[in-house]
Amino acid sequence: MATNVATDVAGTAAGYTPGEMMAVTASRELRDGEVVFVGIGLPNLACNLARATHAPHLVLVYESGAIGAVPERLPVSIGDPALVTGALMVSSMADVFQCLLQNGRIEVGFLGAAQVDRYANLNTTVIGAYDHPRVRLPGSGGAAEIAIHARRTIVVATLGIRSFPAAVDFVTSPGHRYRGTDRRALGMPGAGPVKVITDRGVLEPDAESGELVLTTLYPGVEVETVRASVGWPLVVREPLACAPAPTATELDLLRRTLDPEKLHLRA
Amino acid sequence: MSMHDAIAAFVHDGETVVIEGFTHLIGFAAGHEIIRQGRRDLTLARLTPDLLSDQMIAAGCVRTLIFSWAGNPGAGSLHAFRRAVEGGTLAIEEYSHFGMVMRFAAGAAQLPFGVLRDYMGTDLPVVNPAIRTVTCPYTGERLATVPALRPDVTVIHAQRADADGNAQIWGLVGVQKEAAFAARRVIVVVEELVDSAVIRADPNRTIVPGMIVDAVVVEPWGAHPSYAQGYYDRDNAFYVGWESISRDPAALDAYLDQYVYGVPDRAAYLAAQPGLTDRLRAGARVAAGVNYGY
Repeated sequence: MATNVATDVAGTAAGYTPGEMMAVTASRELRDGEVVFVGIGLPNLACNLARATHAPHLVLVYESGAIGAVPERLPVSIGDPALVTGALMVSSMADVFQCLLQNGRIEVGFLGAAQVDRYANLNTTVIGAYDHPRVRLPGSGGAAEIAIHARRTIVVATLGIRSFPAAVDFVTSPGHRYRGTDRRALGMPGAGPVKVITDRGVLEPDAESGELVLTTLYPGVEVETVRASVGWPLVVREPLACAPAPTATELDLLRRTLDPEKLHLRA
Repeated sequence: MSMHDAIAAFVHDGETVVIEGFTHLIGFAAGHEIIRQGRRDLTLARLTPDLLSDQMIAAGCVRTLIFSWAGNPGAGSLHAFRRAVEGGTLAIEEYSHFGMVMRFAAGAAQLPFGVLRDYMGTDLPVVNPAIRTVTCPYTGERLATVPALRPDVTVIHAQRADADGNAQIWGLVGVQKEAAFAARRVIVVVEELVDSAVIRADPNRTIVPGMIVDAVVVEPWGAHPSYAQGYYDRDNAFYVGWESISRDPAALDAYLDQYVYGVPDRAAYLAAQPGLTDRLRAGARVAAGVNYGY
C-alpha cells in the first residue's frame, strides 16, 4: 500500500500509511468514559490507541468476558491473557451477551468486515453463494448481535470495488436496511453503523434512506478515488470535511508501542 | 485416568463432541488423543473452531461442524476448514456467538430452546432453519430462538481440580460451565490435581462441580498452543505459523505425523519441543485471598 504524504500541519509526521490513518480516525470517534465492545483486528488497535491518548477512561469490553481491560501489550486475539490481568471484571460469555449487550449497556460497537454495502450491511461469512462459497470467511462471532444491540456501531473497512458492493453476498451483521425494511421497523434496539471508517475517508448513513454517503476525506484524497471504490453511485454530503492527519504522538504509539510487529498494520 | 483411557471410554464415533474454551484453555491434548484414536463422523460443536478444529477436520474426524466463528484469531484462516467447506465435504450449522451461548444455556437448563433478541435483518436464519422465532406471551414481541444443544460429551480444560473433578478456572471462563452442564458426559482435564482442601478454601472459583464429571485427567501444558492463565502464555508464534502449515495440505499432514500421530501422549509432545515451556511459562500476578469466615 502506498504511503501518503501529509500536509504541513504542525505536529504531523512526514508520512503515514492509509492503515495508520484509518486506525487514528477510528480511535478519534471514541469519547472518554464510553463503554465499547471491541472487535478483533483494527478495532482492537483503534480502541487501545484511544485509551493511550484522549480516552484513558474508555471501558473496553471484549466478548471473551474481559470487562474494563487494560492490556499492557496489544492483545493478539480478543481472548488474550493480557486482557484479564488488571481488568475490572471477568464474566462468562452468557453474562456478556445477556447482561451487558442485550441489556443495552454497550455504547459503542466496533466492527470490521470483508464486505460493506450501500446500507452498511456487513458480511464476514462468505464471498459467493453460501452453499458453494468462493471464499469461506470466519462468520459472525458476536458481530450480528453487536450490530443489533450496541447503541451505535463504528465500522472499519478498506475501500475497494469488491469490498464495497451495492449489496453484500451475505448479511452477517445488519446495517440500516434489510430487503427494503428499515432496521427500526425490524425491531433493532441500537442505532446501527453511524460511521464507516475506510482507508480514504469516512462514510455515514443518510438520515432518511440509510444509504452510505461520503462525508469526510483524508488529506490528499480525491472524491473520485472514493467514488470509484464503491459499487453504488456515491452521494457526497456538502460541506465535505477533511480529517486531520495523524499526529506524531499517535504514529509513535502505533509504531513503537501498540503494534510494533505490524500484526494489524501490515504496510 | 490417563487421557488415552478417558477418550477411549467416553468419546465414540458418530457422537456430538464439545471441546470448549474461548482462546483460553482449549483442550488440545484431548483433541490430539481423539485424532490418534481415529474417531470418525463426529459432530464437533464449538463457538470458535480454531487450530485444534482445523487439525481434527484435516485428520478426518469431523462430519459436521456447529459453530459461530471459525478462524485463526489474530493470525489468519483455518485452511483445512476452508478447503472442506469450499469443497463441500464438511457439513456446517452456523450461529452467532450469542446463539451458541443460548444453545448451551438451554441444554444446561434442560429447556427445549433458548430465546434471545437477535438475527432480525441478518441472513443467518435464511441458511440455518434451526434459527426460528417465538412470540412472547407477555409482550407480543417476536424473539429469536435456538434449539438446545446437548452434547454426548464435553471436554473442558481447567487450571486445577481435585480427584472428584471439582474444577476451578480463573481468567476467561467462556461457556465452559454451560457446555459441561449441557452434556451427558464430562471430561475434565487439568494442569494440576489438588487436594479437596484447596478447592474448599476458595469455592467461588469452582466452575464445574465433581457431581457432573465422569473423568479427571491430569495433563500439564495440555492446552498448548492456547494458554492457561497463571501457568503459560498463548504460543502466538505457533498461531501465526499455522497459517502456512494449514495452507499446504502436505505440510499439515507432516505436522500431524510429527506432533500428533508421532507422539504417544502430551509428555512426549512437550519433550519433542525443547525450550517451549521456558519460553511460555507465566509470570506472577497473584491475587490477594479473601476471608470466607463468618
